[in-house]
Amino acid sequence: MTAHLPILQVIIPLMAAPICLILKRAKLVWLFSLIVSVLAFSVSVLLLQQVMTSGVISYELGGWQAPWGIEYRIDKLNAFVLLIITSISTLVLIAAQASIEKEIPKDKHTLFYVLFLLSLTGMLGIVATGDAFNVFVFLEISSLSAYALIALGKNRRALWASYQYLIMGTIGATFILIGIGLMYQMTGTLNMQDLSQRLPEVAATRTVFVAFAFVTVGLCLKLALFPLHLWLPNAYAFAPSIVTAFFAATATKVAIYLLIRFTFSVFGLSFSFTTIPLQTVFMALGLIGIFVASSTAIYQNNIKHVFAYSSISQIGYMIIGFSLSSVTGLTSTLLHLFNHALMKSAIFLALAAIMFRVGNVQLDNFRGLGRQMPLTMAAIVVGGLSLIGVPLTVGFVSKWYLLTALLEQGWWPIAALVLLASILAVVYVWRIVEVAYFKEPLPDRAPVKEAPLIFLVPIWILVIANVYFGIDTRFSVQVAESAAQSLFGVSL
Amino acid sequence: MIVGLFNDWVVVVLMMIGLYIVIAHGNLVKKLIGLSIFQTSVFIFYISMAKVDGGTAPILADGVTQYSNPLPHVLILTAIVVGIATTALGLSLVVRIKEAYSSIEEENIQKQDNKALKQSAMEQQA
Repeated sequence: MTAHLPILQVIIPLMAAPICLILKRAKLVWLFSLIVSVLAFSVSVLLLQQVMTSGVISYELGGWQAPWGIEYRIDKLNAFVLLIITSISTLVLIAAQASIEKEIPKDKHTLFYVLFLLSLTGMLGIVATGDAFNVFVFLEISSLSAYALIALGKNRRALWASYQYLIMGTIGATFILIGIGLMYQMTGTLNMQDLSQRLPEVAATRTVFVAFAFVTVGLCLKLALFPLHLWLPNAYAFAPSIVTAFFAATATKVAIYLLIRFTFSVFGLSFSFTTIPLQTVFMALGLIGIFVASSTAIYQNNIKHVFAYSSISQIGYMIIGFSLSSVTGLTSTLLHLFNHALMKSAIFLALAAIMFRVGNVQLDNFRGLGRQMPLTMAAIVVGGLSLIGVPLTVGFVSKWYLLTALLEQGWWPIAALVLLASILAVVYVWRIVEVAYFKEPLPDRAPVKEAPLIFLVPIWILVIANVYFGIDTRFSVQVAESAAQSLFGVSL
Repeated sequence: MIVGLFNDWVVVVLMMIGLYIVIAHGNLVKKLIGLSIFQTSVFIFYISMAKVDGGTAPILADGVTQYSNPLPHVLILTAIVVGIATTALGLSLVVRIKEAYSSIEEENIQKQDNKALKQSAMEQQA
């Protein structure tokens, strides 16, 4: 059983998706998906344990040997990302039933869970697989279900957002497909491990350069790096709240994982960072992204838009850490991957709760919510503090590591700018706090009740995690650091 | 140069035509057509990559020693299925957009959205 864990991780949600269609009753399907997600979570916990104690797990699909057959390869990096995805999906699913009750028509509830599980399958598959073409297939499984999930949103703008995401996402995925094709043309292999050994021999050819460019640009589209982020704000803002909570915490993270995987493991450190000026490009784009997105966030009136733009700026932090190509830099990126998933899922789940009670998340409707929904608003405040990077929250830990990494290489002007950008975060979080706590409630609205427990439990688990991992950093830092070290160990 | 790389030229030309349509056209269906052309160019790229000079179909037979590489063909079968799914999903989205906005022109939809935004902003001020 334990030998088959890598494939179970992917196949459990995949098989569960069609079973949902047979179960039909929405409540039943909800319980079933929740159980499936818990199962997937336990598999990823076991995988991480196994990887931390006994090293890389290689699983050959159907018993076909590695370079010919498809290999699932679990190392510290992807075990960590798998854990992030499955834990968030489980917590988000707890609140799903109550939330979609108000946001999605009754007859589509079952389909919602089918799509959710397929999307989960896709993400887990992307992360677990060690085969470049398999990545493309899973990428499309997760993206196609994501488009459909976003289109379920109540507002008609959800359709338009989903369409735009479909166009951008497909271009991105096709770029990745072209890149993989060019790599295959040069090396005759699709296995990532095998690719990493064969690519250096042909690294000086133009084909490999083009392959690298296509893969990187395609991935940057998927991870919404500035200036390729245009699909993200509307897609997050108009999707059903639960979908936003899930995607904000996982979808872009998976793309960042892929970027790390391709640049560090497949193309290798020396090619990605020495032959190609990736550092300059990414650092500049990351920094501009942080400033542009944070300042746009300040002017938004739809709070989901605020945090969607904030997600884009947080991606900038991750990319800067990544661009340093040092162990500390990569550690900060991986830490932020984990920490940002915690903060954003807490915030967006809290917004889902407000959506449930109030019906929309326009800034004006936040008036008086500080007193009427104290627990939900407190969660947004803690999440917001974490976004800013206040000590004792997770946001502080990852920013601290990012600053150390920047100063390690003498990039102090960039470090100063990163700190400056945190002030922008203070501004957009403060706007919400001000309205929610210091303004009188709308006179013509009946007082709102606190969100039901089914929302509060997952929200507060995440909030407590936000604080806990901000104080006791042993688990997250140890895993992130050893994952970063192993990546450098492979390529050096 | 041109004759030898004929397939590659076709791929590049189709790819650019496809991308151009996606970017330049405001009609949502035309955009999807462009996207399909763009994807098809990649299919052709994979398939022509697999061709081995003088090789035949990869079926074991007497007297044949050289085969074309079947793997890219299989890969592209998967990619074609993905492409069809994408187009189908995109078209169904267009149908629903048409129902919601009664238009499938990008400009028109954008205008309607902006108008709605302005209205809600004015209501808030009032």
